[in-house]
Amino acid sequence: MTTRGRTALFLAGAGGLGALLLWGLAGLPDFGHYAGPYGDILVHVAKPQRNIANVVTGVVFDWRGFDTMGEELILFGAVVGVAMLLRETREHDVADVVDAVRSDAVRASGLVAVPVTFVLALSVIAHGHLTPGGGFQGGVVASAAFALVFLSAEYRAYHRIGGTALWDSVEGTGAGAFVGLGLLALALGLAFLENFLPLGTWNTLLSTGSIPLLNWASGVAVAAGFVLVYGEFLQETMAVRHGKAKP
Amino acid sequence: MSYLPYALGAWVILVGLFGIVRSRNLIHLAVCVSVVQSGTYVLLLAIGYRDEGTAPVFADIPLSRKTVDPVVQALTLTDIVVAVCVSALLLTLAVHSYRRTGSLDPSEIAELKG
Amino acid sequence: MIPLQAMCLALVALGALAVVVARDVVRQALVLSLYGFALVALFVVYQAPDVALSALAVGGVAYPLVLVAAIARVNETQRRRKR
Repeated sequence: MTTRGRTALFLAGAGGLGALLLWGLAGLPDFGHYAGPYGDILVHVAKPQRNIANVVTGVVFDWRGFDTMGEELILFGAVVGVAMLLRETREHDVADVVDAVRSDAVRASGLVAVPVTFVLALSVIAHGHLTPGGGFQGGVVASAAFALVFLSAEYRAYHRIGGTALWDSVEGTGAGAFVGLGLLALALGLAFLENFLPLGTWNTLLSTGSIPLLNWASGVAVAAGFVLVYGEFLQETMAVRHGKAKP
Repeated sequence: MSYLPYALGAWVILVGLFGIVRSRNLIHLAVCVSVVQSGTYVLLLAIGYRDEGTAPVFADIPLSRKTVDPVVQALTLTDIVVAVCVSALLLTLAVHSYRRTGSLDPSEIAELKG
Repeated sequence: MIPLQAMCLALVALGALAVVVARDVVRQALVLSLYGFALVALFVVYQAPDVALSALAVGGVAYPLVLVAAIARVNETQRRRKR
């Protein structure tokens, strides 16, 4: 089918789909007049039931914790898929690739940026139940700290600290800890992933029961997953660039 | 006028679909898929918005303040994670297919022709 | 609030179109990052800071890095073939 024919067919279909979408969306309440009961109920019971300040983190890790477990496992599966498809080059083939950044300004700013980003990531994960943030956001920022090592220094440095042997087990530990905390709740006689620790004082780090633990498990799993994905893509590119793999 | 935020969600989804249909490069296609997914974020958050509402984080505001819906924000967070996973896998498949067939053009790869 | 929201909506609409219309993948990677930032602005205007943080981290670091690495790998092979 020619491009023109494909485009014409698409425009016909898109016209119909667009009309259907717009007609369906017209049935929603007016923008700005959110009517649904669940949001209001959750905001109402956030403090009495869970002592949590950031209601979104409460929804993600407590009231809908099961969905987040599914999301962690999706990330885990995606990392497995990427690793399986790309891991044809063996790691010691690329361990001696020299591809250093030459600019002193970039290296110096990397030296400052990497620890600051890492500490920021830890802070975002730790305060997830108090201020906007949480396991996923902090995990991606932590993986960004490792990516900055590659960007500001060289690939060999990233290869040394982003090695798959370590990060495979870290990711497994994070994902396993999330499920393990759920099973622990089950073992204590509660529902799966139910909050089983005392709720603590309002607006402090040690409040809201087992939500900070779930936060850390998910943050560690997400950071490790992303470090592994970057490592696979960068390894592939470096191997081809330096002739260690068939192009 | 108050219908525009919902129409934006539909617009972004249709624009992304248009990109997928007209794409001649597998990597371009993966990026257009992520554009379609971003249309759903926009739609979800528009549904949960409330006039004069603030973010549902009570660390520094009184508990009686009107807020927007926290449930759709949680749904959007999960949506963003899934979109990143899908994009990483699609890019991996594009690179892998390039390794096998030597081309990124869907119309040149025999299995993807049509 | 209303003019700010209208402007963010317009930026997102134009950004989505720009990402799709960009033909060269390197150019598209850059426009995708800008579109990501427009989305973050829209999320902040919608009073969703958690989502904005998440979109910022993903669209600013994770996604462009993976995308540019894939593009570099493909371009590397094309460069070798031309030699």
